[in-house]
Amino acid sequence: MLDLEFMRLAFAVGAIVGVLAPAVGFFLVQRRQSLVGDGIGHVAFAGVAAGYLLHISPVLTALVASVLGAVAIELLRTRGRAAGDQALAIVFYTGIALGVVLVSSAGALNVNLFQYLFGSILTVTRGDLVLVAALGGVALIALAASYRALVSVTLDEEAARVQGLPVAALNVLVAIMAATTVALSMRIVGILLVAALMVLPVIAAGRVAWSMFSTLVIAVGIGLVSVLVGLTTSYYADLPPGGTIVLFAAGSFLLCSVVDAVRRRS
Amino acid sequence: MSLAVELRDVSFAYHGGPPVLEGVDLAVGLGEFVAIAGPNGGGKTTLLRVVLGLEQPTSGSASLFCEPAARCSRRSAIAYLAQRAQAGGEAPVTVREVVSAGRLAAGPLFGQLRRSDRVIVDEAIARVGLTASAARPLRTLSGGMQQRAFIAKALAAKPELLVLDEPTTGVDAASQESLAELLAELHGELGVTILYVSHEFGAVEKFVQRVVLVRGGIVFDGAPHELPGLWHDPSHSHA
Ligand SMILES: Nc1ncnc2c1ncn2[C@@H]1O[C@H](COP(=O)(O)OP(=O)(O)OP(=O)(O)O)[C@@H](O)[C@H]1O
Ligand SMILES: [Mg+2]
Repeated sequence: MLDLEFMRLAFAVGAIVGVLAPAVGFFLVQRRQSLVGDGIGHVAFAGVAAGYLLHISPVLTALVASVLGAVAIELLRTRGRAAGDQALAIVFYTGIALGVVLVSSAGALNVNLFQYLFGSILTVTRGDLVLVAALGGVALIALAASYRALVSVTLDEEAARVQGLPVAALNVLVAIMAATTVALSMRIVGILLVAALMVLPVIAAGRVAWSMFSTLVIAVGIGLVSVLVGLTTSYYADLPPGGTIVLFAAGSFLLCSVVDAVRRRS
Repeated sequence: MSLAVELRDVSFAYHGGPPVLEGVDLAVGLGEFVAIAGPNGGGKTTLLRVVLGLEQPTSGSASLFCEPAARCSRRSAIAYLAQRAQAGGEAPVTVREVVSAGRLAAGPLFGQLRRSDRVIVDEAIARVGLTASAARPLRTLSGGMQQRAFIAKALAAKPELLVLDEPTTGVDAASQESLAELLAELHGELGVTILYVSHEFGAVEKFVQRVVLVRGGIVFDGAPHELPGLWHDPSHSHA
């Protein structure tokens, strides 16, 4: 399997995404913003469509659209007096509507749009890998560096504000990282499933973890294993990679719940 | 005397609501230990929020360390324990993680906690008697023990201004007593300025120099022994 260039690329990109998605998703789940990744995914769809229309790399346009969408959600939430889910709904539906309109004007409703919606392992290019490695690396470093500050905001946003932490900037940072993750993960798991990889491993980890930090570490482990096992399975069983990966992540939730239940009994 | 907190003719109403505070003047000097009491809904929490710059006064001005409260540059010197503090987030969070968050503004904002900061965190945990439970998830502790973890979080900041909103709710008498002694020590030895909101400030009564009663405004401000008899139960809602 690894003799094939496209599989090596898929695994390399998948490994980065498998680590990054739960790491960023961790902070979304802690803030009860589990669905934000999904909202950003729908905006990314509009970005992909714009890429087709303008004949530039859909990954790049998706990245730009996701960042704009994520920051819009954050600003609507904090400044616009819109409740969290209302902000999400506004951006979510605008994104998908814009996407549909753009896609049809680009005459791209037929082409390989499917691969962006559900992911594909055949289409990862060397260029994709370079982009994913570079941006993913930056995002992971930013995350590691700001971990304690982000945890502090998560635990008590108001106390963090009183202490003089740059709360608004940290919230925007999370939004931008979530957007980057969505755009980078899109090629492997697809727009419709990317959010699942950000959220499911974290929820699963929460069942068995004993601290904030252990939750993060276990979630990253689950994400990575889900991607690697999912890609392998999808290769041998000829299944769509996004769906397969997410099913493994969902399976990990079941597994962790069982472990938790057994532990509580004893 | 340099002021830690100053409110000048402050009035405040929550967005479109009735006035909660009216004509409040309050000056707290550096190193003062002030108890704040008053009936439920009297505006104690609101007063603290205005002091800390979390709410903007409708009229009048609020300053912290002689700067406008909302734009105070010495925030890392302030620790605030909100009434009914709770740890946000879904993941299990340990006592040590909560207390470490309190150390954040004082230590480096990014990267690892320094060794010296970890020592301070462990000291704060020991102060509230939670050393044996430091690695336990907060949600597995009793309400009073959780409250003590939040007190430790505030202490870990090594603040110059410590603002506590009913920190002893759900805390047993022995722990209230030891918190009172701890506050007296912080105040006496380190000169920490303390604003302490409580209904039952019996435990700190012997340490505070000043009591402020809040009921839509400040209705009493003076030494504890000057309190009108009527107010000796400060949770009293009688006019
Ligand atoms: N977020 C809010 N929005 C609107 N009104 C509020 C808000 N918080 C408090 N109030 C109102 O402001 C008044 C003062 O409330 P505050 O919480 O400051 O009182 P308190 O003295 O701290 O009471 P307690 O002893 O119960 O803690 C009350 O009438 C309350 O209804
Ligand atoms: Mg109150």
